[in-house]
Amino acid sequence: MDKVGIVGVGQTKYERKKVGETFFDMIYEVTVKALDDAGLTIDDIDNVITVSNDFWDGRTISSMAVQDACGSRHKDISTVEGDGVYGAFYGAMRVLSGSFGTTLVVAHNKCSQSRMNQITNAMFDPIYTRALGLDAITSSAMQARAYMDAFGITAEQFARVSVKNHKNAKNNPLAQIALDLTVEDVLKSRLLADPLRLLDASPITDGAAAVIWANEAAARKAKKAPVWMKGVGHMSDAYHLGDRDLARSPALVGAAGKAYAMAGIDDPLKQLDVAEIYDAFSYMELMWYEGLGFCPEGGGGKLMDAGVTQMGGDLPVNPSGGCLSANAVLVAGLARLIECVLQVRGEAAGRQVKDCSTALAHGINGPCGQSHCVMVMGK
Amino acid sequence: MTDWIEQTEDMVYKGRIKVPYTWWVGETGSHFFTTLRDEKKLLGTYCAKCDMVFIPPRKNCGRCFNQDLTWKEVADEGTLVTYTVPAYEADIHPIKPPFAYGIIKLDGADTGLTHIVTGFGDGQLKAGLRVKAVFKEDRDGHILDIRHFQPV
Amino acid sequence: MGKRVAIVGTGQTKASSGRKDVNGQEMINEAVMKALAEAELTRDDIDAVIIGNMDHFEGINYVDTWSVDGSGGFMKPIMKVTTGGTTGTTVAMAAYYHVASGLFDKVLAIGWEKNSESDTTGAIITAFEPIVDRPTFGGAVGGLAVMANRYMHDWGATQEDAARVAVRDRQHALNNPNAHLRIDINIDDVMKSPMISWPIKYLDMCPRTDAACAVIFASEDYAEKICPKPAWVLGTTNRHNFTFIGDPSFRTMITLEECAKALYPRIGITEPLKQFDVMELYLPSSFAGVQWIEALGLCKNGGGPELIASGATNMGGECPINPSGGVLSSNPIGATGLLRVAEGALQIMGRADKRQVPGAKTALSSGFGGCYWSDLMAFSAKKPN
Repeated sequence: MDKVGIVGVGQTKYERKKVGETFFDMIYEVTVKALDDAGLTIDDIDNVITVSNDFWDGRTISSMAVQDACGSRHKDISTVEGDGVYGAFYGAMRVLSGSFGTTLVVAHNKCSQSRMNQITNAMFDPIYTRALGLDAITSSAMQARAYMDAFGITAEQFARVSVKNHKNAKNNPLAQIALDLTVEDVLKSRLLADPLRLLDASPITDGAAAVIWANEAAARKAKKAPVWMKGVGHMSDAYHLGDRDLARSPALVGAAGKAYAMAGIDDPLKQLDVAEIYDAFSYMELMWYEGLGFCPEGGGGKLMDAGVTQMGGDLPVNPSGGCLSANAVLVAGLARLIECVLQVRGEAAGRQVKDCSTALAHGINGPCGQSHCVMVMGK
Repeated sequence: MTDWIEQTEDMVYKGRIKVPYTWWVGETGSHFFTTLRDEKKLLGTYCAKCDMVFIPPRKNCGRCFNQDLTWKEVADEGTLVTYTVPAYEADIHPIKPPFAYGIIKLDGADTGLTHIVTGFGDGQLKAGLRVKAVFKEDRDGHILDIRHFQPV
Repeated sequence: MGKRVAIVGTGQTKASSGRKDVNGQEMINEAVMKALAEAELTRDDIDAVIIGNMDHFEGINYVDTWSVDGSGGFMKPIMKVTTGGTTGTTVAMAAYYHVASGLFDKVLAIGWEKNSESDTTGAIITAFEPIVDRPTFGGAVGGLAVMANRYMHDWGATQEDAARVAVRDRQHALNNPNAHLRIDINIDDVMKSPMISWPIKYLDMCPRTDAACAVIFASEDYAEKICPKPAWVLGTTNRHNFTFIGDPSFRTMITLEECAKALYPRIGITEPLKQFDVMELYLPSSFAGVQWIEALGLCKNGGGPELIASGATNMGGECPINPSGGVLSSNPIGATGLLRVAEGALQIMGRADKRQVPGAKTALSSGFGGCYWSDLMAFSAKKPN
């Protein structure tokens, strides 16, 4: 595979409600930030990929809202509707094709502008499932229950993820919710749908993010050494919740397998220095440890308890604070990727993982993490 | 000079998208719903290659793309695979709490059906609980013709 | 460097105003099965899937994950690309780039729409900016009508000039068993049809349709093994320049002109009318069919009526446009752009049956949507260098 790397990144502060800013404003902010970070101008950008969702934006052709803001006029442009890591992957493929030297990838969402349960209810099939009134919370709660029943994972183990990530967020000036919590705080927080409590869930967030991909030649113009894409994979499980074994994530195993094979990783716990994974809910982080091969199936709780994924552990997970601290849906995957870039560059002051040269970013799509995209980045 | 801007509230414009929808159920789905409506029976479709009975029914098998699935009746009773009780009210909920969502492996089916579960006592909801469908008196060919499932 | 990419198989459902016998997924599966059959491949052979439609036409969030039973995405890589009316073409582009990147060898592109499931115009209006544009926007017809109006003013073109395009495309559709509307009409019929939004009349305008289209792209390592005459992608580009309805000037179809100027030099085209054997263009109204060919450099600005009247763009002419019947005959919006790609490729593959342009070796497909946006993809029977 030819080399393609990220040379510029930008994010807004993640906030509950960016009342004074439109999608345009947020995308302009992160585009300028990413260009400044890369030491490039908009003319150095050969093509653009935008990431957005028509439901969240209340706008069919949601890409139209931000095109001017990301300087796409007179350039090739397309839009991935799905998590930011998928958009980033498409942006990288466009460089690998040889057609473009650089791709700007931007993602936005203002979750505050709509009603989360109506939007996520619309993921469900209109003929057989939607009328039941399921949303992201109730469907994920069923997955959490299945996971607990299958492997004896406990609510305390879920809570430990929330404690870790909210605390990690204290070192991330862009995170929305940074808190010093105890396991008891999580277990006492408001019940949403058993077994999930308020502090097990990611917040409603507004935000945007951008990355700039470059091939070797174009990267020479950039200020900083690129962080290269070493491996990537994506895969989707079945759709109907009842078709799946919700306690397991075979699609993640498949996606990670492809990414690892490309990146030459056969012992992820040893060979990865940091991982940013999509913890839309606390239990998901434990499930994804297993799918990513950080521990055997059913071992997610034990890995958490052993402290391996804490800052200072063998494989810190979500030093940024993860989705539990800020979840602008769709942007959040790109935020995971950006944190990986910052870590490998050594620019994650206050939360820097020592000697970080290989990082893993992960995003999900669809109900209960039906589809996964994994990207390994490195020096 | 710009101080007054700082003191001004941001303007917010409210709107909504109101697009009416009519989803074609298709012949396969129609057979499922008319059977549910007229006979209070639940049907799945069977893929011989994968040896699996799917409910909701499929026209083709998503795994092997077999186009020749056959109809198979499944029981209106089965085992609860997983569940949750929402602790909040939402206008998208079809009924008022208390109720649970559940995935039910009906006897004879290889996939679970997601639906509503009610009539359970404290601590009764567990994976493995046997539940049975309760049908509405007046049915129109809709998934909620099954009013809910309840413990046997 | 990237891989060379060709289309090796296509499938489309019979387009209709309402496919009540199937739900969206099942309709997608029909097109996918046809494409696999044509390419003599199975689901196992597919390395990745890309799917697109316009969300608010069917009201389903996360169509990629919803579709897996029908689209073939179960335990495979699948991603959703959506860019409004241009979706069909941008889905094709995404498939092209998946393969050209070298990371996937056989990729399935799917475009689909069940326009019968909702209020098409109601949903289209939501594409536009909610505070300033949306309250006054007249949907696709309104947007196209104002452009047509301006064109007639600038160049003295007449409604009859446009009617010729409608007659051409609808006559061509008689050769296409998949087309939604197959009606034998003449200019008089067009002129007498009810006015929708001046100057666009009923027979000047595209329908709304239920259909799905699937196209299989393969890398140079596989294309010739799979298909005797693969349709090699020469190049592709797009321009989605405008955001607000008042942004573009109507001097010409600006984004299409920009695409042509960007693409043609890259692929050695200097005389498109001569060098392309056939074109499948996304022309949503007959007036667009007169004006937008100028942007493609087929003739000078204002020369559209003359070129159309000459018969050069009819079957048997120098460069037939829309042998399939085009968008005026079928418009399943998320699939429409992909149908142009599929039909262009079918011409190269020699599989276009009654609508085959004999010996077609180069083809151009275009896409349209959004706020006067354009896309292009060009094909050749000859493997690019």
